[in-house]
Amino acid sequence: MTGHKQMKDMSISIEEIKKPENRIYGKPSLLTDNVMHYCPGCSHGTVHKLVAEVIEEMGIQDKTVGICPVGCSVFAYNYIDIDWQEAAHGRAPALATATKRLCPDKYVFTYQGDGDLASIGTAEIIHACGRGENIVVIFINNGIYGMTGGQMAPTTLIGMKTSTTPYGRDPKLNGFPLVIADMIAHLDGTAYITRQSVHTAPAARKAKNAIRKAFEYSQKGIGLSFVEIVSTCNSGWKLTPVDANKWMVENMFKKYPIGDIKDILK
Amino acid sequence: MAFKGAIEVDTQKCKGCSVCIANCPTGSIKLSDMVNSKGYHYAEMTGEGCIGCSNCAVVCPDSVITVYRVKI
Ligand SMILES: Cc1ncc(C[n+]2csc(CCOP(=O)(O)OP(=O)(O)O)c2C)c(N)n1
Ligand code: SF4
Ligand SMILES: [Mg+2]
Repeated sequence: MTGHKQMKDMSISIEEIKKPENRIYGKPSLLTDNVMHYCPGCSHGTVHKLVAEVIEEMGIQDKTVGICPVGCSVFAYNYIDIDWQEAAHGRAPALATATKRLCPDKYVFTYQGDGDLASIGTAEIIHACGRGENIVVIFINNGIYGMTGGQMAPTTLIGMKTSTTPYGRDPKLNGFPLVIADMIAHLDGTAYITRQSVHTAPAARKAKNAIRKAFEYSQKGIGLSFVEIVSTCNSGWKLTPVDANKWMVENMFKKYPIGDIKDILK
Repeated sequence: MAFKGAIEVDTQKCKGCSVCIANCPTGSIKLSDMVNSKGYHYAEMTGEGCIGCSNCAVVCPDSVITVYRVKI
């Protein structure tokens, strides 16, 4: 670590520690000063920060184009200071395809929720994977439609209560969860697929490394890179943020286990 | 080698989600008694136990925590 002052005095005061030269971590400068509209504790904000850190550390702010979804992260363009486009619901991979093909030197990524990507946008993501587009997809899987009031998503767990499955998701009535990352692993057009989370600091650091790898792979011309972040929507789940993280570990991780699923360069 | 740390919280932007509290290994963060202008109890450092590990700031969804650290 740089910038540490050698201190012999154990009784150094808090105010003395809080000097600019001792600062080791804080808000990345690529994040704007806008207050995020997300609910307290929502995973979206943490993932935004990691994406901003990766772009900042790679020095590609002027070479990156993000595609926003429809969903709670519809306003992602207000928070990360790069070029953005806003896609119609589920169509982010189509817009990313056009952007990347027209500007192949740009780093192009979509940022999509599970309602956006796994429901209305299923065709777009599957075919972008099938075509092997050289884009990054960041997939926020919180198992619910957060923005519209907590309705069931294709990723909702069996038995999980949502506003449209108030007694829990019943497979006889509502079918089974779609496990998108595993599905697209079978397609030759995908290069790197991983599933991560951001509920603890070690998990978030791993997720950041995965996002960085995905951005790097997208410039190699080897196909689509997909980073699923198993996330919480504490408002939709009707839990406190801390309890939502616990519930995620106990329930979501069983269906959506954390780890790399595919890496064609390994 | 030991470290001593301190955090600074942007109290007006903090939403009191408490994810930082759950991630602090030394129990050095609590929610304030006061509320900010949005009505949230915000995170604040408590005691002298902070080791400057940055865990709280890394998991903060609103990036309101700045971490400082010195070797002692
Ligand atoms: C064409 C169209 N159909 C439906 C909607 C309503 N709608 C808005 S967001 C959303 C789902 C959002 O869920 P998700 O993608 O999981 O995002 P989250 O809010 O959970 O992050 C829906 C169905 C819409 N805006 N446009
Ligand atoms: S509704 Fe859910 S996904 Fe949307 S901001 Fe709130 S916690 Fe996040
Ligand atoms: Mg969702």
